Amino acid sequence: MDAIRHDIVLVGGGGAGLRAAIAAVEANPSLSVACVSKLYPMRSHTVSAEGGAAGVARDDDNLDLHAYDTLKGSDFLADQDAVEIFVEAAPKELIQLEHWGCPWSREKDGRVAVRAFGGMSTKRTWYATDKTGFHMLHALFQTSLKYERIVRYDEYFATKILVENGRAAGVAAFDIRTGKMHAVLGRAVILCTGGAGRIFPFTTNAAVKTGDGMALAYRAGVGLKDMEFVQYHPTGLPGTGILMTEASRGEGGYLKNNKGERFLVEYDYGVGNKAELGPRDMVSRAEMREFQAGRGFKGPYGDYVHLELMHLGEEKIDKRLPFVRELAKNYVGVDPVWAPIPVRPVVHYMMGGVDTDARGATELPGLFAAGECACVSINGANRLGSNSLTECLVFGARSGRAAAEFAMGSSAGSETGALEQARGEDARLAKLRGKHGGEKIAQIRRELNHATESGCGVFREEDSMRAALETITQLKGRYADVGLSDKSAIFNTEVVQALELGHMLDVAEAVALSALQRRESRGAHTRTDFPTRDDGQFWKHSLVKFAPDGPRLSYKPVTKTRWELEERKY
Amino acid sequence: MELRKVKFEVLRFRPEQDDEPVFQTYEIECMEDWVVLDALNAIKDDVDPTLSHRWSCRMGVCGSCGMLVNGRPVLTCAAFVRNYSGTIRVEPLSNFPIVRDLVVELDSFVAKIKSVKPWIIRKIEKDVAEGEYRQSPEQLDEFKQFSMCINCALCYAACPVLANEPDFVGPAAIALAHRYNLDSRDEGNAERFEVLDSHDGVYACSYANECSQVCPKHVDPGGAIQQAKLNDFLQWAHLLPKRSFT
Repeated sequence: MDAIRHDIVLVGGGGAGLRAAIAAVEANPSLSVACVSKLYPMRSHTVSAEGGAAGVARDDDNLDLHAYDTLKGSDFLADQDAVEIFVEAAPKELIQLEHWGCPWSREKDGRVAVRAFGGMSTKRTWYATDKTGFHMLHALFQTSLKYERIVRYDEYFATKILVENGRAAGVAAFDIRTGKMHAVLGRAVILCTGGAGRIFPFTTNAAVKTGDGMALAYRAGVGLKDMEFVQYHPTGLPGTGILMTEASRGEGGYLKNNKGERFLVEYDYGVGNKAELGPRDMVSRAEMREFQAGRGFKGPYGDYVHLELMHLGEEKIDKRLPFVRELAKNYVGVDPVWAPIPVRPVVHYMMGGVDTDARGATELPGLFAAGECACVSINGANRLGSNSLTECLVFGARSGRAAAEFAMGSSAGSETGALEQARGEDARLAKLRGKHGGEKIAQIRRELNHATESGCGVFREEDSMRAALETITQLKGRYADVGLSDKSAIFNTEVVQALELGHMLDVAEAVALSALQRRESRGAHTRTDFPTRDDGQFWKHSLVKFAPDGPRLSYKPVTKTRWELEERKY
Repeated sequence: MELRKVKFEVLRFRPEQDDEPVFQTYEIECMEDWVVLDALNAIKDDVDPTLSHRWSCRMGVCGSCGMLVNGRPVLTCAAFVRNYSGTIRVEPLSNFPIVRDLVVELDSFVAKIKSVKPWIIRKIEKDVAEGEYRQSPEQLDEFKQFSMCINCALCYAACPVLANEPDFVGPAAIALAHRYNLDSRDEGNAERFEVLDSHDGVYACSYANECSQVCPKHVDPGGAIQQAKLNDFLQWAHLLPKRSFT
């Protein structure tokens, strides 16, 4: 075990992480940033984002409108001060990315084009065809290469946040290629590790989305906020869960049931005249109700509805939605120019995450978080589509600057405790390789996936959530007896999977516990036994904290500035 | 859904125990909608947890899961099992050192990407407060195709030049340099010229065009190299063009 020293240690090299790294070195070019990621940064899941990034761009739009749409989308659980900061910084960050080469789609006059998106009251979603996340991530990665003070540790897996004198002092991380553990030390740590969609069986999320940063923060004593709010995206491909972007509907696509009806128009699902451009939680619920009413199509992976793009025509599909066409053709054998695409609700995004303030700071001094792994919160109980890519930029940059300021204001002190903790991690890793045990990683993961889906799906109720929570707690016990067959130090992906599974169990437990205790329906958290929103009792953020004998749940207030709570109706 | 028993010959190399790579055979039941990556994951989960391979998005955009399937560089998440008959042979990408099993060492690849300065270079950078650079849809179209590279490195595995001259900058990096050279916002042509015009730059290419054949995103790096050669020639002629000559 050896020590690597930088000023700031960043974990995660996706959209938020790279933006944070650049912001930190631009804030002070003398600072060095270690970018620790379990994969090459351009592989990060930001790459899969399709539809776009929201930010006020046109004369018929304004910041208050973006803020209001976001708050209403959040079912008024977002913090209003954070949302105001977000919408104000959004266009600037998107222009910054334009200056860094992002190939935004353009209007004829050369201005950046914007498109319609669910829950947004006007066109404000910037896009690069339907590969927005891909282009943003590559623009950020390529731009990051020009800063020599950003030092990458590609394919390093972080196992613990190191704490010295009550402050974050770095992370323990091992090089997956060599198996060697390092203490990556710094005066500030930023977590940008993304969400945890993989705790569910059916998700748009990449394999890497195992909640690592959330679990690391949780184990360091930092609260996980609003974890019960899990977004189901209404248009995933059955079987694989591959995302058909919301831009499909933004560009005019229809959702139809087995009677050929545009069910969002024909029946009252609360989306009003927004129809297909309703927010994701409502559209996903509508699809499930259609299935319950027998109006879904039957397929080998359960019921589905149709996403129709045929009326848009081949030219528009190729110009605006080429990736959707490619994916539908490849993975379900459907060319959307000629036939409808089968889609169903699929786990997509965690509104909850590491509890931070609007600078990305957590309660542990020196620890920051941004992107999907953080909960500021601007998303509350339901995120609007295209706010998350912008969130990565806005709060990535803010956390990078805040971490730089924190690092400059503190001097490197004792390392004794941090090094001791890292040695402990080295020993833990060595023990894990080839560890004897009766349980299998894949089996525990499958049972975990089953528990989250049966307890924390689109519709939830007390008994199934309680059963899910009990199962997850039991699985944590069984995880202690997991057996590994790979003893190798070199690129041992079994060890990585075992560690990821540990993270997933922590995160899933927080999701199930906070869901069980929120006895109301708000945003993506829909309870059949408590079908209405209860502002009197539950207009508050949940907070789950680690304790040796099991997670502790508490609540903290929501910040309100200028907007009154109102019924969420479109 | 129909199941089919398929035999996979997978290249194994564990440097701590193997002197050289060996093939290991696995026979597993595959669903008809499976891709080769699904089969590898099924092997990893239920047959042999010691098999190492990279993957993430499983939708053809993260670029992690490139391997040789029956000798051809492909993204395994987009290679359907049903399209192969008989035994399916899976190997790591060629032209890269093997770290272990199906995992290759990509440091040289990333270094080559960096070497071409793939970022916007300007004499004077515009302030964010001044808004975006105007760029017409036609100007965007000039470079858009070359911005679609997912860094999967299939083109490096296919390149016959790289097999003999490992220092060749290579198709993806040259296409990326060309992408920035063609971008109306960029003024870095001359800086990139130093790399592209070097011994290991555009003129090392023998125009076998294997790179464009295997590119899963139709970036056409082979075409980019030819355009970059012309660009390079014109630089020598001090014409310093900003536009492509397709």
